[in-house]
Amino acid sequence: MAKKTLLNEKEIFIILNRLACQLIENHQDFSNTILIGIQPRGVFLANRLVKILENDYHIKNIKLGKLDITFYRDDFRRREDPLQASSTDINFIVDNKNVVFIDDVLFSGRSIRAALTAIQAFGRPKNIELLVLIDRRFSRHLPIQPDYKGRQVDVIKDEQVKVEWRENNLKDKVCIVNSGS
Amino acid sequence: MAKLSVSHLLGIKHLNLEDINLIFNTADHFKEVINRPIKKVPSLRDITIANLFFENSTRTKLSFELAEKRLSADIINFSAGQSSVKKGESLIDTANNILSMKVDIIVMRHPNEGAGDFLAKHVNARIINAGDGAHEHPTQALLDSFSIREKLGEVKGKKIVIIGDILHSRVALSNIYALQLQGAEVKLCGPTTLIPKYITKLGVSYEKNLRKALEWCDVANVLRVQHERMDIKYFPSVREYTQLFGINKELLNSINKEIIIMHPGPINRGVELTSDVADSKQSIILNQVENGVAIRMAVIYLLAQQINRD
Repeated sequence: MAKKTLLNEKEIFIILNRLACQLIENHQDFSNTILIGIQPRGVFLANRLVKILENDYHIKNIKLGKLDITFYRDDFRRREDPLQASSTDINFIVDNKNVVFIDDVLFSGRSIRAALTAIQAFGRPKNIELLVLIDRRFSRHLPIQPDYKGRQVDVIKDEQVKVEWRENNLKDKVCIVNSGS
Repeated sequence: MAKLSVSHLLGIKHLNLEDINLIFNTADHFKEVINRPIKKVPSLRDITIANLFFENSTRTKLSFELAEKRLSADIINFSAGQSSVKKGESLIDTANNILSMKVDIIVMRHPNEGAGDFLAKHVNARIINAGDGAHEHPTQALLDSFSIREKLGEVKGKKIVIIGDILHSRVALSNIYALQLQGAEVKLCGPTTLIPKYITKLGVSYEKNLRKALEWCDVANVLRVQHERMDIKYFPSVREYTQLFGINKELLNSINKEIIIMHPGPINRGVELTSDVADSKQSIILNQVENGVAIRMAVIYLLAQQINRD
């Protein structure tokens, strides 16, 4: 299995800071904004961004939720391994709020489609934006594009983009894994 | 990966511990879903479920219906009272007729033991047993254990006494299997006439004295006296039953620890439980009802996951 590093720890650090600044540019003090980490992997990124916003830019009271999309997916019963749910943790109504979905890799766009349906169970947001660390270009099945992106990559279908976080006892790293060879 | 080891839910006897844990973990997520402002998920949009009730039921039927609706499944309901069963149609014919309308899952309650197993062998659909005679009532046992787990943290090592009409109870049998599988200790209590003769072969103990049983246990699961199933007299009078096996506040307070009171419903108030016990803080009867929907959603979801459309 060939493995190629796309982003190292330092590059990820710089990108996260840039993304945090871009969020501040559009959302100022975050009083009307809700950040939503998409379970399971978007939550690491969301937590990290909130930490930067709080510690480095002194923004307080950021509302952060976790959204699980398992029950909203369109590939239920179309895949070999059964889906396993993670927890959803949204303790506020998103009515009239600016919602930012946060996920690690944007691929087909189907997870985000499911998230758009799932969030409706918590109210009608004013608008929804999408932040991703990695945008896999030319692989979309649906007309969904990110508003904030860390790095855009062109990857062929056999290749997988893997994001590793130090929270999982690994180093921060993004790499491309070729499952074919 | 997580997958049920069975393709029908006919009884707890066929499940293993991993199945139960999978159902509980899934139910945890659904419990969060049913407490949202919008209590519905679209998972089962393309699934059709038939609820076949050959015997009266209010709670179980409503609970199943609500669980199915919360998962966005299409449902059809059937009650034996108003159907061709009265005209002499056989069970397989009834089921096959319903299946030709393209039904994926059948939820069935039937007065005869083993009706679910029989149907599972002969028709092409997933079967969920919602109670068959005095045999099993698996979703009730699952929601009972789920409620104990929610209240006490875990079921393993806990002491549970099942009180009352064990002989006519499918809830008792399913509960015994489920609790033992999870490593709990089970004791039965009730009039000797209502305790099946060889039940202790299942590894449960029997206690005739209600006070002693309550002093021993962490949880008391109180069953209803099923007058409608009693063709002969099993005890002299309801009054005597209440005096010997009815739980009242005075008795509960005189025990030195706080035990949990459960009841699968419907309660005969003043017979097996007095109102002040049924409505007390120690009672988790209404939590059981809420958990029933989450558990049934989990069971239906996990079985539906196995249906292959290709």
